[in-house]
Amino acid sequence: MTHLSLQKKLHSADGQLLLDVNCDIEEGSFISLYGPSGAGKTSLLRMLAGFMQPDEGLIKVNNEVWFDSENKINIVPQKRMIGFVFQDYALFPNMNVEENILFGLSKAHPKKIVEELLELTELSGLREKKIQVLSGGQQQRVALARALARKPKLLLLDEPLSAIDNELRSNLQRTLLSIHSHYKVTSIIVSHDINEIMKLTSKTIHLRNGKIEQLAAPVEIFTNEFQDEGMLKALFLSLEKSGNQSHALILVGDQVLKIACSTEDANDLQKGDEIVVSFKGAPAFLRKL
Amino acid sequence: MIETAPIFLTLELAFLTTIILFFLAIPVANWLSHKKSILKTIAEVVVSLPLVLPPTVIGFYLLLAFSPANSFGKFLEHYFDIRLAFSFGGLLIGSVIYSLPFMVHPILSGLNSLPSSLEEASYSLGKTKMQTLFKVLLPNIKPSLLTGIVLTFAHTIGEFGVVLMIGGNIPGKTNVASIAVYDEVEALNYHNANVYAAVLVAISVTILFLLYFSNRKLQEVKIL
Repeated sequence: MTHLSLQKKLHSADGQLLLDVNCDIEEGSFISLYGPSGAGKTSLLRMLAGFMQPDEGLIKVNNEVWFDSENKINIVPQKRMIGFVFQDYALFPNMNVEENILFGLSKAHPKKIVEELLELTELSGLREKKIQVLSGGQQQRVALARALARKPKLLLLDEPLSAIDNELRSNLQRTLLSIHSHYKVTSIIVSHDINEIMKLTSKTIHLRNGKIEQLAAPVEIFTNEFQDEGMLKALFLSLEKSGNQSHALILVGDQVLKIACSTEDANDLQKGDEIVVSFKGAPAFLRKL
Repeated sequence: MIETAPIFLTLELAFLTTIILFFLAIPVANWLSHKKSILKTIAEVVVSLPLVLPPTVIGFYLLLAFSPANSFGKFLEHYFDIRLAFSFGGLLIGSVIYSLPFMVHPILSGLNSLPSSLEEASYSLGKTKMQTLFKVLLPNIKPSLLTGIVLTFAHTIGEFGVVLMIGGNIPGKTNVASIAVYDEVEALNYHNANVYAAVLVAISVTILFLLYFSNRKLQEVKIL
């Protein structure tokens, strides 16, 4: 169990923000940190890592105190046994793939885990490669493998996939999932991507203005008030008329759909209007791709 | 007959100054690159002072400090039997102070150009500040280190005012090439002055050429 109760005054572009967070995280779980920019997500992660010091509070990971303002305990990042994956990867350019992963291990440490990690992250063929020649996705795999090499108690991921295109991203998400189920390390990921949050995590901390608005399963957080009744939020794009048939082009997530609709409903809509589409009625057909 | 001693003395001074400054500037630059405080601002001013002060001013104060008539000089002479005024040791200390910004500034800007995540990543992997400096930070700012080394060397070769003030022109001890040019011109030996001057130009051009050439090579490696 990881327990945190933290307070920290943050200075942002919009003035001051009081980050005030209090929650428990189950051991071995995969948690997402979600919320608008400037809500304090990255700051929270940095305080867990020890890169930033809270004003007050307590951080306890598996009964080990990492930070306790009352008893003036503040364990340095070096002693916290964390794995941190940065948004910009932060790989060491002066080392190759294997050296980067080995960097965190002491000389006496068994090297078996490096082979295992190279395998899990599909990097075995690239071990001698310089960091500069790798693609973004490959660099992120190295960063992940490096963060896991010391078998951390807490894996912290700061928007690790935000700079990677969609196809590669779902590939990396699969890697993340298999790594999580393999090592069972408690993981916290900062993410803006609902798709990613749904796929990877079992609980989501919804942060807003420095406070936890909700801590629940992602499905609970992202089910909007309409979806329960077979309705979908979408963006209206345009209307096509042919005879007495009308079709609307709408944007749902990142997919454009063309659906039959009644002309009356769509006549007043402008491009970019937010709409609710109802699928009530006939049951939907679902097929695996 | 032209003496070669001033040329070798210049090279010796530049070489020793560069070595001392390299090891001195790394901890100073590392300290300055971290969190700012008033103390650090003061240190930055002190480090940069030789850039703006006339060399004769630095030389003058050092001469006063080294003089056995004053407390510091007296202390050195009394307890260590060292006299720094008009000696090679004094010259060396003067050079180190005079060239300090030329070593500290490139290393500092190199360290500042690295993303802070690099350092934090190393900490998160259990490495101490010292291990991080030597295994992660310094190996990734090689062009800056090289620039610091070369600029310091070249700048020490070109030194005149400080050397003149605290060293004078004792042959084989403090008479470096730049002083020799001045002395020869004063004695109307234009030919000798010309030879010393030409050698200094040749050395400086070679050094700077090597700097830009190797830095370009290092950049290319980085891009590839």
